[in-house]
Amino acid sequence: MVLECKHVWEHISGYLDGTLDAAVLEDVQKHLEHCEICSAILDSTRNILILTADERVFELPLGFSERLHARLEAEMRGPRGTGEEIGEEGDS
Amino acid sequence: MTATSENRNEAQMIASILAGGNTHEFHDLIQPYERSVYSMALSMLQNEADAEDAAQEAFLKAFRNLEKFRGEAKFSTWLISITLNEARSRLRRKKTAKTESLDELQEGGHVSPALLRDWREIPSEALERQEVRLLLQDAIGDLPLIYREVFVLRDMEDLSVNQSAEALGISVAAAKVRLHRARLMLQKRLAPQLKQVMPKRRWFPWF
Repeated sequence: MVLECKHVWEHISGYLDGTLDAAVLEDVQKHLEHCEICSAILDSTRNILILTADERVFELPLGFSERLHARLEAEMRGPRGTGEEIGEEGDS
Repeated sequence: MTATSENRNEAQMIASILAGGNTHEFHDLIQPYERSVYSMALSMLQNEADAEDAAQEAFLKAFRNLEKFRGEAKFSTWLISITLNEARSRLRRKKTAKTESLDELQEGGHVSPALLRDWREIPSEALERQEVRLLLQDAIGDLPLIYREVFVLRDMEDLSVNQSAEALGISVAAAKVRLHRARLMLQKRLAPQLKQVMPKRRWFPWF
């Protein structure tokens, strides 16, 4: 099946995650072989994800753990289980 | 958001904290997740002081509500949900979040990418990287909340799509749609900007 560019765009994310069905993947790949714009869109989206992944390596603020555990200690010395609302799990 | 590879039995740790009052074990329980929780809060709130406070509050809420954790999901997923809720409520209070619902967007509508032929390169120089980092942070911070959340979980925290969907309480299909839109929104905004950062360089195609 011959895909138009706008249909290929809908599959960019799935292509990058490797979750496309084999038939769709084949169609997308065929399109990418001859479409400079779509392959540039794919590359630029992939590059953004690579840059994002690079940002994962960062230092916690100095003293973060100490402050966190001090606050927890203070909490633990008080009564436990306030039963406060923490939001429905998965509430979006 | 993965615990260290050491063989941790979190269910046992949690049972011990709840039953025996060994509250000190809570410190060990959360230690592998400190970075992820802070990083997630920072990505959502875009402010270090707010992020630290939100992260602390998320851990405190996890401690206070530990008996509500049923073990049906992983502890890490439960912690992510608490962190997300904490970040959301702060964003709502600040009213700085773009919180369009999916209904307000054209269902089935397409997010069009930026049509550029010639940005195919990862920057390497330190100055460029710093500039790129700021561009990324701004662009992610400007994503509508439902798209920012899934992007942060999947592409920043490196959760699977399924884990992201579980933490957000949405279907895997919805998570995929939101993720796709988030990525194309970022491409549309960032590709032209990044081309400016790296104007006259040789291209290194990926293929």
